[in-house]
Amino acid sequence: MPKDGGIGASTKRREDIRFLTGTGNYTDDINIRGQAYVHFLRSDVAHGRIKGIDTAEAEKMPGVVRIFTGADFEGVGGIPCGWQVTDRHGAPMQEPAHPVLAQGKVRHVGDPIAAVVAESREQARDAAEAIEVDIEDLPAVIDMKAALEDDAPKVHDDLSSNLCFDWGFVEENREAVDKAIKEAHHVTTLELINQRMVANPMEPRVVVGDYKRANDESTLYTTSQNPHVIRLLMGAFVLGIPEHKLRVVAPDVGGGFGSKIFHYAEEAFCTFAARKLARPVKWTCTRSEAFMTDAHGRDHVTKIELALDKDGKFLAIRTDTHANMGAYLSTFAPSVPTWLHGTLMAGNYTTPLIYVNVKAVFTNTVPVDAYRGAGRPEATFQLERVIDKAAREMEIDPVELRRKNFVREFPYATPVAVEYDTGDYDATLDRLLEMIDRDGFAARRAEAAKRGKLRGLGINCYIEACGIAPSNLVGQLGARAGLYESATVRVNATGSISVFTGSHSHGQGHETSFAQVMSEMIGIPAEQIDIVHGDTANSPMGMGTYGSRSIAVGGSAMVRATEKIIGKARKIAAHLMEAAEGDIEFKDGQFTVAGTDKAVAWGDVCLAAYVPHNYPLEELEPGLEETAFYDPANFTYPAGAYAAEVEVDPETGKVTVCGFAAADDFGNVINPMIVEGQVHGGLAQGIGQALLEGCVYDESGQLISGSYMDYAMPRADDFPAFRVDHSCATPCTHNPLGVKGCGEAGAIGSPPAIVNAVVDALQGGGIDVTHIDMPLSPGRVWQAIQGAN
Amino acid sequence: MTSVSMTVNGKPVSGEVEGRTLLVEFLREGQGLTGTHVGCDTSQCGACVVHVNGEAVKACTIFAAEAEGAEVTTIEGMAEADGTLHPIQQAFQDHHGLQCGFCTPGMVMSAAALLKENPQPSPAEIRDYLEGNICRCTGYHNIVKAILAASGQDANAIAAE
Ligand code: FES
Ligand code: FES
Repeated sequence: MPKDGGIGASTKRREDIRFLTGTGNYTDDINIRGQAYVHFLRSDVAHGRIKGIDTAEAEKMPGVVRIFTGADFEGVGGIPCGWQVTDRHGAPMQEPAHPVLAQGKVRHVGDPIAAVVAESREQARDAAEAIEVDIEDLPAVIDMKAALEDDAPKVHDDLSSNLCFDWGFVEENREAVDKAIKEAHHVTTLELINQRMVANPMEPRVVVGDYKRANDESTLYTTSQNPHVIRLLMGAFVLGIPEHKLRVVAPDVGGGFGSKIFHYAEEAFCTFAARKLARPVKWTCTRSEAFMTDAHGRDHVTKIELALDKDGKFLAIRTDTHANMGAYLSTFAPSVPTWLHGTLMAGNYTTPLIYVNVKAVFTNTVPVDAYRGAGRPEATFQLERVIDKAAREMEIDPVELRRKNFVREFPYATPVAVEYDTGDYDATLDRLLEMIDRDGFAARRAEAAKRGKLRGLGINCYIEACGIAPSNLVGQLGARAGLYESATVRVNATGSISVFTGSHSHGQGHETSFAQVMSEMIGIPAEQIDIVHGDTANSPMGMGTYGSRSIAVGGSAMVRATEKIIGKARKIAAHLMEAAEGDIEFKDGQFTVAGTDKAVAWGDVCLAAYVPHNYPLEELEPGLEETAFYDPANFTYPAGAYAAEVEVDPETGKVTVCGFAAADDFGNVINPMIVEGQVHGGLAQGIGQALLEGCVYDESGQLISGSYMDYAMPRADDFPAFRVDHSCATPCTHNPLGVKGCGEAGAIGSPPAIVNAVVDALQGGGIDVTHIDMPLSPGRVWQAIQGAN
Repeated sequence: MTSVSMTVNGKPVSGEVEGRTLLVEFLREGQGLTGTHVGCDTSQCGACVVHVNGEAVKACTIFAAEAEGAEVTTIEGMAEADGTLHPIQQAFQDHHGLQCGFCTPGMVMSAAALLKENPQPSPAEIRDYLEGNICRCTGYHNIVKAILAASGQDANAIAAE
């Protein structure tokens, strides 16, 4: 029987009521009396020198309050990067300035040149059209390899080249890896592209800046996954506003998928302009603007080599990746192709020697940063694709080849600097095979062939590192932030509870699942517990939500704070019952004295804490409120096995996904309904990447896929029903809930399954295609078929 | 500026609008009905779907002035006055058919229009009908389940596709 509350129950989400009735509070729903509106005039060329900006005509347009340009931001800090990577030779990465409004040059289509503040949105837009900008077109660099040529135009004139860094990992392994590959029985090589993606949360970004001159306080309402991080970055590095005078609020946020982690220029602009004008300033991003300003994801070009012995044991892996940074370094951009990618190259396997080389490159394109999975999908895709190719070349069953190389002893220290605490990769693979009826596949393929269709089955594993991250470790790796999480548990006098968490929910359902954990720990109904997030004014400093860290790190902080609460409540209960603290038991909201029938209820203890008439005041402070900061001891390592079954129409190249199954090990699960929903969403983004989506620039740097007319967002009829399972659970060994996180798994594990399945379909039809780059659009598949024939 | 009057969720409303004011702007900014969302500028996402004279309409595709005299229903008009959810809203909660909630008002309004047209749609018919509604969070699986359930069918029939 499913439980009806507490940990492990599929409790219905409380936040749904406001979302379903149209009473959510998204940032664009916030309007402050007297607000002005901003329209940004953006570059329509990819690379150019600004020779002049004439705002005279525009200033005279109706409703214009003020027009800002880069000159207004001289002396103001630029948008900072939060992660510094050190290259193979020990030098720091090249880190260009990133002004709030362009200064001197524009470096990608969408780069903001000027900002018009006006009484209405339309007036701001009309005035922006009247600004005259004199731009000298410069040749643009779009292709990464071309950008690294000696005579390539430089995106940043003051840097030595377009190379941000050349990273080697683990540099000490380099020669041993080269040797192992040279001497191996078999080496499989694969060159592939992990294409540029646009996160596309359905809610576009919105920013409202407000300022109260009387007490010199700024408030920023913004669509963010981590309001405290924005407060720190913008306050300390851009605008120089001390944190006690700066409040950042991220109310209901309509999805993020990574793109709302980063600190964006529009946030700094609206905060700055509100202070200058002493009135609220609002910006609502249009979808077209989102395509050219939200940080993009992926965009790696990789060559991977896998060396095997004659039995199929993996001996070494060598990879060579070019990673696009775009025109500027977005907040966490340098960490994605390095520490979030290289450290996952061992996958679920015991490969003893691994060397990862990554060249990060500046181009005249939108900055690239974390997108659902961030580095881990890129690692998983190349690894699981090259294993499939090796299996075919060596004529070993792809499932067996994986099994031959599984890690089976834990903890397991990989050759790429991480230690898996626990897992059972056979279990998830076995479970997957039960789910997909692999034995029946031959019959299904034969049936499809009768209809003229090529049927394929693709299977792969994945592992990811979630719950980021131990602060001392990431500090050594270049993070300019800690990655703990925080919670304040405030017990009210009559026993109800408000939890203030540094985690942020933008679809994940924390208000429900975090309350389930609290209800389990205290033994009171979840209705008496509120989870509050998204406002720096009431939550302790927290690092926010990304990298499947909320329950693993934020949930752990909440558990630690609650343990402190229970510890104190136990002392109060002992006093009230005149018993020794050691004899007090706490269960289902009742304190009892062991071996007696004495009992005092949770609510009575809380009341005593706030009305301390009969209370040990000499030993204990009144009140019942505790804060905890939790810094994880390690990452968590969700893992699993995925399978796609597809049909390819050889006449048109169209791929239909007939079935998709996912067997995941997420450790303990708080709310299975929510976890399944997270997997569904991840699968849709991963399958979307494999078959449909892709951000395209032309050679001059124009964004070809700049709206939903050209960027193929997955629709309902692109997917089959998903089969998902998380029954194979090896609880995390180092956090109090034994949880691992589930937000990204679907997006990480699904792209290789789809591509493996399409290649299998073609091979099964006698068409010798070994790889097709994503997205596997009908045109590309058809061309691959023609090329092979 | 021209004045426009219509009935929104059963109440007569009116306001002054520019010729270029879209219905969705009139509802969100003029009437404070912020449940109807704007997710794109090319009329593709469906976050803005409302009912105009009983038909599902993307409120970003018509001018406010075009809705002169119309009966408009928005997501705010779906639940009962006492807060009881409409059966489609309830099914979305029961089957976890929403995550961030941004596409949800449009999804619910589209689903209501679908069930009016086709009271017992198959999973494939539901997916087909939702072509104009984009959701980035749910992978649509639980939305299809919710609509099956709201139409009185077995939500698990989704697996039978
Ligand atoms: S806002 Fe996207 S279709 Fe109307
Ligand atoms: S629930 Fe977030 S877009 Fe659909």
